Amino acid sequence: MPTNPKLIEPKPTEPNQPSQIPAQSAGALIAYLLLGVAFGVVLTKSEVLSWFRIQEMFRFQSPRMYEIIVSAIVVAAISVALIKGLGAKTITRQPIYIPPKKLGHGARYAVGGTIFGLGWALTGACPGPLFALVGNGVTVMAAAIVSALVGTWFYGVFRPRLPH
Amino acid sequence: MSSTTTLAILVFDPWPWYVAGPAIGLFVPALLIVGNALFGVSSSLRHTCAAVFSGKIEYFRYDWRKVGLWNLLFVLGILVGGFLASHYGGPHNVAISEATKIDLAKLGIHDFLGLAPRELFHWSALLTFRGFVLIVVGGFLVGFGTAYAGGCTSGHAISGLADLQLPSVIAVVGFFAGGLIATHFILPLLR
Repeated sequence: MPTNPKLIEPKPTEPNQPSQIPAQSAGALIAYLLLGVAFGVVLTKSEVLSWFRIQEMFRFQSPRMYEIIVSAIVVAAISVALIKGLGAKTITRQPIYIPPKKLGHGARYAVGGTIFGLGWALTGACPGPLFALVGNGVTVMAAAIVSALVGTWFYGVFRPRLPH
Repeated sequence: MSSTTTLAILVFDPWPWYVAGPAIGLFVPALLIVGNALFGVSSSLRHTCAAVFSGKIEYFRYDWRKVGLWNLLFVLGILVGGFLASHYGGPHNVAISEATKIDLAKLGIHDFLGLAPRELFHWSALLTFRGFVLIVVGGFLVGFGTAYAGGCTSGHAISGLADLQLPSVIAVVGFFAGGLIATHFILPLLR
């Protein structure tokens, strides 16, 4: 009988607690690492990690970034629909489950999203590209990563006082 | 075109959008199939905080190894992948449009080599007002914003929209609102 993946101390009032425990066998961990390597290559060859491309996107001067993002979403959406429709399982025969995000007032998504958008355009990088850029030799992005960790930590501190 | 030529293009040239976009999208099913891992990068920042300086902050009090080790390895892989691509993939200059070059020149950016403008993204730039805002303030906003929104481009724009989740639609509208404000109203102030 397939059950939902184990939940970690579910607290209904705490939508921010990580709710899902992925498989973390040694084999799976190696697979995540290798998929990460592949993703770093894809981020580089697709140029989505480039400050120049991000500027071009926010100035609507080339369709390239939009074509990439939309086709990525379409491929991911078809894959997710297939997984759900076919009831596909993980490699270790566990049911695949995507936890729904809680809407709440929606404030966290609108406000948090806008704050991230400001940072995205300034650094020219979202979190994945920050790491890929360091690998590419733009080592000063390590400072942006440290700063992002500080930002995440500040969110943790002020979270009880922020609207969600 | 022979397959060797195609391979050489994939190794040495930037990928066309119809290769790049679908390749990114495939990470969603790949991670789910490996072990119910949800494609997303920004949670690695949270896991790192939880591992290194959780303090008594409730947001960071959970077993980061149990829920987050996979994500930290994925992110470590991204760094390695960037290194491999830059070392074996040939020199990388980004062929942005002339219109963008003209706009950026107005901001005082004239060096279009590399992945990011070298005038702005190097270590000594951290000591300039503009470099500090772009790298340090920008990085802070990325960390704070993604934590607040509960995801970044990968978690919301790709994973969330692919699963047709309304919160992700709101978040992505926010991403673009913030990006447009920073590009058109903040960057001109920094020149």
